[in-house]
Amino acid sequence: MLNFNSAARIFNREFKVYFISPIAYIVISIFLVVTGWFFFSTFFLYNQAELRQFFALLPITFSFIIPAVTMRLFSEELNTGSYEVLLTLPVTTREIIAGKFMAALTFLIIMMVPTLFYAISIAFIGDLDPGPVIGGYIGSILLGGMFIGIGIFATSLTKNQIIAFITATVICFALTLIDSLLFFLPESMLNLFQELGAGYHFRNIAKGVIDSRDIIYFLSITFVALYASYLVMQEKK
Amino acid sequence: MIEFKDVTKYYGDLCALDHINLTIEKGQILGLLGPNGAGKTTSMRILTGYLNPTWGNITAKGLSIDRDLLKIKKMIGYLPESAPLYENMIVFDYLDYVAGMRNIAPDERLGHIERLADTCGLREVMHRPVHELSKGYKQRVGLAHAMMGDPEILVLDEPTTGLDPNQIVEIRDIIKQIGKEKTVILSTHILSEVEASCDRVVIIHQGRIVADGSTDELRESTESEYTVNLMLKDAPADDIRSELGNLQNVSGIDVSGSNGLSSVEITCRTDQDIRDLIYGRIKNKDWVLLEMTRDVKSLERIFGELTKGNPKL
Repeated sequence: MLNFNSAARIFNREFKVYFISPIAYIVISIFLVVTGWFFFSTFFLYNQAELRQFFALLPITFSFIIPAVTMRLFSEELNTGSYEVLLTLPVTTREIIAGKFMAALTFLIIMMVPTLFYAISIAFIGDLDPGPVIGGYIGSILLGGMFIGIGIFATSLTKNQIIAFITATVICFALTLIDSLLFFLPESMLNLFQELGAGYHFRNIAKGVIDSRDIIYFLSITFVALYASYLVMQEKK
Repeated sequence: MIEFKDVTKYYGDLCALDHINLTIEKGQILGLLGPNGAGKTTSMRILTGYLNPTWGNITAKGLSIDRDLLKIKKMIGYLPESAPLYENMIVFDYLDYVAGMRNIAPDERLGHIERLADTCGLREVMHRPVHELSKGYKQRVGLAHAMMGDPEILVLDEPTTGLDPNQIVEIRDIIKQIGKEKTVILSTHILSEVEASCDRVVIIHQGRIVADGSTDELRESTESEYTVNLMLKDAPADDIRSELGNLQNVSGIDVSGSNGLSSVEITCRTDQDIRDLIYGRIKNKDWVLLEMTRDVKSLERIFGELTKGNPKL
């Protein structure tokens, strides 16, 4: 059984650490500059009141932003030895993973909050369809959660934060671009790889269509990644 | 109270602990002694739940680590070697976090933290970040961490490593104080620390227990010979050799000296005390005895004897 109090205390500490160090401010700044620049550089060319371009770029942006958010979660603890202190307190590996996951997910949500300004300002200047915007934000959280799971898995593998970052980035990019990169495959196989790709499922949700298949895809990959992290941490014992 | 039953740990092909059987009674201060890589830290890590044994089991108060690990963790306070703490937290926040993790009620936390700050001498650094503290203070924060929630068992891995002599004395005093009420297991390769703090010593070498007992018991069990040192005045060297060298159980005698003073070292091959016989001979010859001491075997020598060989051969 998961003790929510222990997981909540780990969540609290991890979440505070983001904002004690400059990590949070740097990552949020980079995220807003990159997404803002790419979005507004084409927004007036299209001349349409929609956030499609913003959400289209999000899987790529998340692929390197989220590994930067997660890279320290286990690697730093394994490197400094503080994981030994943590694990010998009355807490289980599952609670540690749950606390760290929720802290990173909350950070992601906070990072996304300023982008609501884009939606609000566009709604003022044009007729914004709320469906794709709401779908886009729900998809962002699901996609972000999945990438956080992958990031936690990568950081559980190594004491080195840079290696954790690169491993997570490669996996996230591969899942994002898998369907675009395999255009040379026969159509039947391409469909299969499309189903595996995060970009494909995210685009579906970002259209404003909440399909259970897409939700199950994101949740199941998140669960598999977190469970793999649990196995890796158990194996270290 | 704590029982290691056939505990074995392999890291790949390397056997770090080899069928360790050990019972630790409540209220003991047990010193785990051994050279680097002997298996001290591994046994502590298994007891505290950081590592799993390859086979074997540990029980504490009848609870088993393979079934009741969380309950055992609640009973144990652990200070790992070199106290790896969260460096970016201030000391008060860190201890508050640990108090929360140990499920101490919010209204009792402040009292706990204040008591530990007094016991461990942390009052003046409570609002400083951990990374700004000296090694001695970090070790004290680690001790306070281990003692948080008043655990029944304290496990301290090399608690005085890297400290200056004053800090070592302070930490030892704290450990002795704690040991009056709790079971303390501490590992070290500093032998004087064991002599100063522990009721019982377990020497581990290459993953096996090679000695177990109080420091006096260890001396008795390993003592096959000892030396008596004399300082005599106006005694001819040849007479000393002939008179004292033929005593029963004397295996060697070494005489040196000048200006009428002779320094004598007599080696005895028994644990029987022959000082009264030596004194009798000196009295008969009417020599002036200025000094007579029996060499007590140091723990260093016992440790060296027990850990120089390969117990697995």
